[in-house]
Amino acid sequence: MNLWLQHLPILPIVVPLTAGAALLLLPESHRAARLTLAVISMLVQFAAAAGLLYLTSDATSQAWPADTAVYRIGGWPPPFGIVLVVDRLAAIMVALSATIALSVLVYSIARWDRPGQPFHALLQFLAMGLNGAFLTGDLFNLFVFFEVLLAASYGLVLRGAGTVRVRAGLHYIAVNLAASLLFLTGVALIYGVTGTLNMADLTVHAGLLSGPARILFDTGAAILGVAFLVKAASWPLNFWLPDTYSAAIEPVAAVFVMLTKVGIYALLRLGTLLSLNEAAASTLQTALFGIGLATLAAGMNGMLGAQRLVRLISHSVIVSTGILLAAFGLGIEALTAPALFYLITSALASGIFFMLAGMTARMRPHDTQHARPVAMPSPPYVAYGIREPDAYDTGDEVGVAIPAPMAFLGLVFVCCVLLVTGLPPLPGFVAKFMLLSTALNAAPGAISTWLLIASVIAAGLAGLVALTRMGSGIFWAVTERATPRLRLLEAAPVAALVIFCFALAAHPGPVMNYLESAARSLHEPQTYIRAILPEKTGSDRPGTPAP
Amino acid sequence: MEVVFALAVGVLSASGVWLVLRPRTFQVLMGFVLLSQATNLFVFGMGRLARHRAPILDGRTPAADLSLYADPVPQALVLTAIVIGFATTALFLVVLLALRGLTGTDHVDGRESDA
Repeated sequence: MNLWLQHLPILPIVVPLTAGAALLLLPESHRAARLTLAVISMLVQFAAAAGLLYLTSDATSQAWPADTAVYRIGGWPPPFGIVLVVDRLAAIMVALSATIALSVLVYSIARWDRPGQPFHALLQFLAMGLNGAFLTGDLFNLFVFFEVLLAASYGLVLRGAGTVRVRAGLHYIAVNLAASLLFLTGVALIYGVTGTLNMADLTVHAGLLSGPARILFDTGAAILGVAFLVKAASWPLNFWLPDTYSAAIEPVAAVFVMLTKVGIYALLRLGTLLSLNEAAASTLQTALFGIGLATLAAGMNGMLGAQRLVRLISHSVIVSTGILLAAFGLGIEALTAPALFYLITSALASGIFFMLAGMTARMRPHDTQHARPVAMPSPPYVAYGIREPDAYDTGDEVGVAIPAPMAFLGLVFVCCVLLVTGLPPLPGFVAKFMLLSTALNAAPGAISTWLLIASVIAAGLAGLVALTRMGSGIFWAVTERATPRLRLLEAAPVAALVIFCFALAAHPGPVMNYLESAARSLHEPQTYIRAILPEKTGSDRPGTPAP
Repeated sequence: MEVVFALAVGVLSASGVWLVLRPRTFQVLMGFVLLSQATNLFVFGMGRLARHRAPILDGRTPAADLSLYADPVPQALVLTAIVIGFATTALFLVVLLALRGLTGTDHVDGRESDA
């Protein structure tokens, strides 16, 4: 195996780290150099993610044993050293986040990245945190990468400033500080009982626990779970999300969609790993199912009540979290692959929708509700010079304008509605259909199946009602509408994502095959453990003594 | 020692939670400071409390007997957690001051409650 291939797993972390650091050092005046660097870094990440996808797929079975790559940072053997683990789930999540981050980056070049705070550097650090969280095989390292992406997201949420954003940012930081402390407490409890932080080693050790140690371990895992549920925005821990996402500028909100998916990913990863010898798995799943349904209902309610497009989309993010949690909570292994497919389509849908919202916001010439900076008070406390890009100043924009902007906006809006509500012919429909039919095939008589079906369909209907009302309000019922000038740079990524969605709907087969392999290896933790700890599997190493 | 340690963690987190739930931003900030202290102590305690034991090989203690050493991992974790907690708290402080400057009040919602 050549050198590039060997070091491929670390690229999605190292590249944005160095690019972000370099972007901080480059002065603002070197705009072309900054943009080139940022775009190249994202392209490299995208290529690396595509490479990881290819190498973990069935097409190349000999690249890595069991299609799982283990990268030892520092060369220490696990469980002592920190490892990066690339399996199919990690690869697909990295690819998804790279796709969205790349689109957001190109989109933001048109008008959102000027001036002031280091937007591009923060975006790189956010991408680094996301990739790291998906790739790491170490529990504490997961915490560190969560903090990296959160720290970047704090900066991004405040971008543009203004009272609304600063207040939403304060709440967002407070909620996430609390969640991080919970995370840390959970990690500490688990370490205290098992004496290891490597996820694979943890699974081996957890199976050997009994008595009080087992109770402590379960407590730690539960606390950890709560922290992840906060990130995934599950009810009743999701009240921060609509305020934050609707206050942030739209490209930032689009990339933030991945943050909720990180929570889902962590739940899925640790849930499947730790439930290996679990007797309490069914209780956990019932709880997860209930939480999922409640989240779904809360998001649906919010969608119906939303007055602004960005708020509506934020609530649709909550709905997708709810559907995912409920699907995982059913405890049917066959559901994992359709749920992952739904995760991909919902992330793409919300991302496209947020970017679209950024363009439609310019259609309303007197948009009073949109978060705009109030006149700065005499600033004894405001330390940084901040200015929102003026939504009506077209002189700032770069690039070529596209023809027929209204037709473009209308078409993309319709596509977004179809994606979010799950109507044919877009992949939202494919995902929901597979989800429901799999659930129906696996457990046809169960009440929970019917509950899931009813909730998912009700959520789709509510979304349709809310979105058609919102759409007619935006496109038809405006008396004085300004036709925005859309730049090619912001329209192209949106169009590319929409076309990708169409392709996904037309040929879901290869993706589903990949996802099914991903789900299969996810439900066989032994494969994961064997890849990381080849010598440990099977032997019953005694765990560290209980406290 | 364990009782004192546990009491310290308990009192710190109780005070922290109470302060975090207060309506003034500075109280929330202090609450997070106390809470992260409690969490850091807790993480440290997970390496078991011991006296006069080094976390690294010092050349004098026999290396084969691990019971003569303290667990170095929680100490490393605590260091990381302290740094991260400090940075995020500092950021929170900046945002707090910005909100105070923008709204003229130190209420967490940016305006006094109607009650």
